[in-house]
Amino acid sequence: MSSGTQLPVLTADDFASDQEVRWCPGCGDFSILGTLKKVMAGAGVAREKFVFVSGIGCAGRFPYYLDTYGFHGIHGRAAAIATGLKIANPDLSVWVVMGDGDALASGASHLIHALRRNVDIKILLINNEVHGLTKGQSSPTSRPGTRTRSHPEGTFETPLRPLSVALAAEATFVARSIDVDVEHLGQVLTRAAQHKGAALVEIYQNCKIFNDGVFDYATDRAVKADNVVYLEHGRPLLFGKDRNQGIRLTGLDPEVVTLGGGIPMDDLLIHDERVESIALPFLLSRFVWPDFPECLGVLRAVERASFERLLLEDIAQLQQSAPLPLDKLLAGDESWVVV
Amino acid sequence: MGSTKKPPASSKPTIQELDEVVIRFAGDSGDGMQLVGAQFTATAAAVGNDISTLPDFPAEIRAPAGTLAGVSGFQVRFSNHEIHTPGDVLNALVAMNPAALQANVKDLEPGGILVLNTDAFTTDELDRAGYHANPLLDGSLKRFRLVAIPMNKLNRDAVSQFKLSPREADRCRNFFALGLVYWLFERPLEPSLRWIRDRFSKNPAMVEANTRTLMAGYQHCESAKLMRVHYRVAKAEIPAGRYRKITGTEALALGLVTAGRLSGLPLVFACHPMTPASDVMQQMVEMKRHGVRMIQAEDELAALSMAIGASFGGTLGVTATSGPGMSLMSEGIGLAVMSELPCVVINIQRGGPSTGLPTRSEQADLFQALVGRHGEAPLPVLAPAHPSECFALALEAVRLATRYMTPVILLSDVYLANGAEPWKIPEVGELPDMEVVFAASGKGVFLPYRRDEHLARPWAAPGTPGLEHRIGGLETERETGHVSYDAENHEAMIRERADKIARIAEEIPPLQVHGADDADLLVLGWGSTYGAIFSAVKRCQAQGLSVACAHLRHLSPLPKNTGEILARHRRLLVPELNSGQLAWLIRAVFVRDLETLNKVQGKPFLISEVEAKIHAMLRA
Repeated sequence: MSSGTQLPVLTADDFASDQEVRWCPGCGDFSILGTLKKVMAGAGVAREKFVFVSGIGCAGRFPYYLDTYGFHGIHGRAAAIATGLKIANPDLSVWVVMGDGDALASGASHLIHALRRNVDIKILLINNEVHGLTKGQSSPTSRPGTRTRSHPEGTFETPLRPLSVALAAEATFVARSIDVDVEHLGQVLTRAAQHKGAALVEIYQNCKIFNDGVFDYATDRAVKADNVVYLEHGRPLLFGKDRNQGIRLTGLDPEVVTLGGGIPMDDLLIHDERVESIALPFLLSRFVWPDFPECLGVLRAVERASFERLLLEDIAQLQQSAPLPLDKLLAGDESWVVV
Repeated sequence: MGSTKKPPASSKPTIQELDEVVIRFAGDSGDGMQLVGAQFTATAAAVGNDISTLPDFPAEIRAPAGTLAGVSGFQVRFSNHEIHTPGDVLNALVAMNPAALQANVKDLEPGGILVLNTDAFTTDELDRAGYHANPLLDGSLKRFRLVAIPMNKLNRDAVSQFKLSPREADRCRNFFALGLVYWLFERPLEPSLRWIRDRFSKNPAMVEANTRTLMAGYQHCESAKLMRVHYRVAKAEIPAGRYRKITGTEALALGLVTAGRLSGLPLVFACHPMTPASDVMQQMVEMKRHGVRMIQAEDELAALSMAIGASFGGTLGVTATSGPGMSLMSEGIGLAVMSELPCVVINIQRGGPSTGLPTRSEQADLFQALVGRHGEAPLPVLAPAHPSECFALALEAVRLATRYMTPVILLSDVYLANGAEPWKIPEVGELPDMEVVFAASGKGVFLPYRRDEHLARPWAAPGTPGLEHRIGGLETERETGHVSYDAENHEAMIRERADKIARIAEEIPPLQVHGADDADLLVLGWGSTYGAIFSAVKRCQAQGLSVACAHLRHLSPLPKNTGEILARHRRLLVPELNSGQLAWLIRAVFVRDLETLNKVQGKPFLISEVEAKIHAMLRA
């Protein structure tokens, strides 16, 4: 008989807090919240072990809407707060929810360092390419030409690609999904939850008020099949309404090809999420519509010891079998008696 | 022949008893002066002297060799009586090169002992130090007792048999100088010999070479008969007990670890390297073997955020920084105030503003500690008065943080951090009660902002079933902790948070007066100026002046009796190493007249500076 602790069977409703959800009608965050609750219910983790940490922005409100432990921090610092928390208690399931402004403007430094350290936290980077809660200024991911309150004539800055940033920061788990594709989002979040180490999931999210429709190419049923490619480990990069388009690699250059007419399936790039080098996932993170279909799914999932494990092992090794008695600790190596 | 008798060649030099000596070792920053200073201090402490030290080093790791910018110094005062400062005037100076002489000779008393490494007085080195004539030859050093020694040569001779590179050989030279000074002040060699054996245990050649040159320096003095006298400073009359030498930084780290033990809280120490706070980080690295979870953060924003996250998680988050790092932490400290989480923020104050004087001491961050946050965000502010007191105040910081669920700022400074003194090791039973009680499951609806008798909210560690709750930086509703934008709730919460801190005054030790209760003049200080103020006031009292002093350890809230003490004295003097920050506070809180003594030179007060001000006030 198993000696493991019996966990009560949880449902999504068990994670609903008593707080009124105050996002704008039609906000993509609603479906993310709903999907998240389902994933948590099925994660096999006791409710009290979940902690949600956030920064500032619309995404920052997630902890209030989940009946778990939660910490609504300050702009950009959520990943650092979560790092301290995970070191304090590695048994917790620590989730960080950030918007693109939070994660990549104020918090860019903390994000990349949490990823490179491989702290075992799950980071949801909800990307709507705009600063929403401050009422519609450009964000570091706004695509050129986006008209915002801070750039009424259209932004002219080169945007950051969150997945490229994460990969360059040595992230061990990197994935992308979309707010309204709840089935896919649920699968990706489940994979993230199972990953031992830092997991970054970029979630395309529609901001109904300030950047409406920016991801229509990837969500509109009429066109999305031609504009996104679902990644599957060990499978060729195949997409399109008729499943006849694919990605072929010539040297370091990817190209979109149509199967048939001398191009066999074997020519297509095969996805490998477990390969140690970041070259392939990085290449995939650079696919930008309309030149390429944008990748959805897990780009990278590799194993590396987590930060908290290494840190606590380091301390355990340094510590003697029994702690030094306090009087000995105070006396130090050299003391003398005055009579 | 004449009746004058020369002493026989074998006669031993005479020994002269002294009450105290102030000596400074000075050389290039690569000459190992901090090391020999620390060795001399440890030996003085071990023979039972009272000690006080003042290391002084440039911000650059290796400024151009031989220049004034690269001079590094370490001052030690050792005595047969209780002392509180590293001393105003040097009785002895060891200068390893012309730049060290040029930078330090003004502090040496007339008739003082001047030990010089004559090998360094080359035309080049003299030029680099700004000398137009060789002071060894121009008579300018006549007012000192000059001990001129070719240390490069004697050191190389001493280590010649060990097949060291010339560079390695020269690196032993500081121990030659130390040996020489050990002879001069009749110190035992054994403590340093033991240190050398431990330090170089993996490099037998360096053990041999350093041992040999230390002894050669000692024997050179004895055999070359350079000095007719050497000096003895008897051990000090200090209270019975077990002692160790401790610096402010060591005391701080030990205090934090002890607080962790007493409270049962694991310590998470997150820190980003910043001069001079990096020394605290280094001490905490040493403390990993006592369970400290040390994280090197990417910046100070992260360091404090990690500490806050750790405290939310049910451990004790601590961070340390200086100067600009403290400014970066302002935002996070506000979050800790708002979310009412315990954490300790240590500020090793340095000269500011901005990058300022990274290795020099100043007390200019008091305003920042008290009010340097947006919104009204009061919190406890503590300041140790002398290096070993950093231990007790580290405990106090943790005690207040956990009992009142608040961030606490501890204001140390470069002078306190680096200064060393003997410390009477406390008995474990004397240490304060630091028990921490976490909220427990199963008592109805959990209210994360329901306050106890101290107005503190409960601390509920994630992982505890039934206590799931959300906190953050948004204003919270009383008791429930839900987000609230209600006007009256905000004002009530602002008052509750302020009340919680103000009430700490009820249980902290009262301000104590050294001297007559009704003395004409009270000298009020805080932080590292204690030694100079206390010593100056004692001298003035001995001269019959009606003066007393009091020293604040708690700057926020102030001890309950502060106003009452101030009211008993007709005149008030507030000396500070800033332009008058405590003075501003005292004027504002107690609406009274006072005088200030301010010094903002990156250097501590001399006793004589405080003494002169007291004289000027009472004799005018």
